[in-house]
Amino acid sequence: MFKLSKDGLEKIKKELTRYETRRSAILPALYIAQSENDGWISPDVVMHLSEVMEIPISHISEVLTFYTMYNKKPVGKHHIQVCTNVACCMAGSREIVKHLCTTLNIHEDELSADKKFTVTRVECLGSCNTGPVVQINHDDYIENMSIEKMDKLLKELQ
Amino acid sequence: MEVKLLTEHYDKDEFQGISGYKKLGGYEVLKKALKMKPEEIVAEVKAAGLRGRGGAGFPTGMKWTFLPNNGQPRYLLCNADEGEPCTFKDRMMMERAPHQMIEGMIISAYGIQSKKSYVYIRGEYTYAARVLENAIKEAYQAGYLGENILGSGFTHHLDVYRGAGAYICGEETGMISSLEGKKGQPKLKPPFPAVSGYLEKPTIVNNVETLAAVKYIIRDGAAAYKKHGTEKSPGTKLFSLSGDIRKPGNYEVPLGYPLKDLINNEGGGLKQGRSLKAVIPGGTSAPVLTAEEAMKATMDYECLAQMGTMLGSGAITVIDDSRCMVDLLGVILHFYHHESCGQCTPCREGTGWIDKVLNSIIHGRGRQQDVDLLDQVAKNMMGRTICALADAAALPTISFVNKFRDEFEYYIREGRSKVKGSSYAEMHH
Repeated sequence: MFKLSKDGLEKIKKELTRYETRRSAILPALYIAQSENDGWISPDVVMHLSEVMEIPISHISEVLTFYTMYNKKPVGKHHIQVCTNVACCMAGSREIVKHLCTTLNIHEDELSADKKFTVTRVECLGSCNTGPVVQINHDDYIENMSIEKMDKLLKELQ
Repeated sequence: MEVKLLTEHYDKDEFQGISGYKKLGGYEVLKKALKMKPEEIVAEVKAAGLRGRGGAGFPTGMKWTFLPNNGQPRYLLCNADEGEPCTFKDRMMMERAPHQMIEGMIISAYGIQSKKSYVYIRGEYTYAARVLENAIKEAYQAGYLGENILGSGFTHHLDVYRGAGAYICGEETGMISSLEGKKGQPKLKPPFPAVSGYLEKPTIVNNVETLAAVKYIIRDGAAAYKKHGTEKSPGTKLFSLSGDIRKPGNYEVPLGYPLKDLINNEGGGLKQGRSLKAVIPGGTSAPVLTAEEAMKATMDYECLAQMGTMLGSGAITVIDDSRCMVDLLGVILHFYHHESCGQCTPCREGTGWIDKVLNSIIHGRGRQQDVDLLDQVAKNMMGRTICALADAAALPTISFVNKFRDEFEYYIREGRSKVKGSSYAEMHH
């Protein structure tokens, strides 16, 4: 069963009083919990959050299922998110997604056998002048991506 | 030529932190504003004719006057949920000049007498959120935020709220729902947020660039601000240039600036040996312009409206003759289908239907009647939903299909793109 760390619990308690309503703390709390649960929100995470936040499960599930940045199934240690909206597509991002899936031998949104990688297409990341753009987990963007650059990066992450 | 009103100091790294910002005149306008009466701020913004820079272009000063005088607390929300594909100006503004936006927000909050504001920033913008949170901390330490700001008696608190990946939260009522910790589904208007918004209290939602522009209107006065731009579209605007262009990036020019010059001068022109096919002038939800139309367009609200399209967020996507319009529309509609919140049937079903039809054409399974079908489905979505997302999906569909009909017909007939080697599906499946 998932249980927040002491630090995580403290952070969520702060979020509960930070906004005008306790409910507003759901979005930040899910981020905090996700970071302590290998990057995804499992059903027991929702149960635990509901208990410690004293907010109904339905309210938390409503948020969880609506927003794409909460992962509803396990993701790799390195969740590689490639923007495949217009400008990035024009810069060759779909070819990068395909190359990633072939190299890692996985389908999109799937977890690699070694649990290190997941490749996901994401919508416009707002960096259309430096595409293709890639975001790994919630880190800073990697801009002007190319297949060669991706191969080098994969080696570093392996 | 660029007119760098908002972006004057964007090339200086020191502009990001409070000491560098202050050295370059930062927070001086706030001091001036706090000596004015709140209603004078509103009047100045109204007189300047500033229109919302997020996409809808609604007059900002007028929006502010919709606030009821009923003694209820008022909220100011800064819309930093920049999500319209090909738009990347707000991210740059927050990363390069967070204090400029914060100063604009405090001045605006003083004008509308709001004690609390939030910046709703999209979840993916983790770096910008960090920069912003740090800048807010600095502003509190310097006494520009908090109780009794600079001894004026005005109190204001500002906080950041991170979204979590939903385009629809850029719609103001969707954003309000999200800030309340709910799914970001838009609500029927009226009541408008100015009357009943965040927690059913009067709320003003303004874009990052809009709030930053307020600072310059107060600094220079409405008359000076209006010297930039056209009569109906005063001021400068940041345009995000992307696509088939040599120098993609953000450029600030006066409204009314010729699109042709923006592409050829600021954008450095097209790539070697290429010719222009089309331009999307205001984010992907804006109807596409043919090359011929684009050469005649000026970047202001009235000219683009006259040409049947819109200025939108100011995102300009340049498309050259190496591109397949069917492939590009497929990408655009996949996005709107993915981002439809699902509460209105015409949008939920319509975006899905169009996405499916386009996908079958792209994979060589199109039927002759599909071209008219796309047009019809799109037209039946227009104006029949709570928010503008259905229109945002329908407008590109209608314009692509009608202005580039030959490409759609060719793709269906031949099972491949008219532009050799330009369709991703054709090349990789």
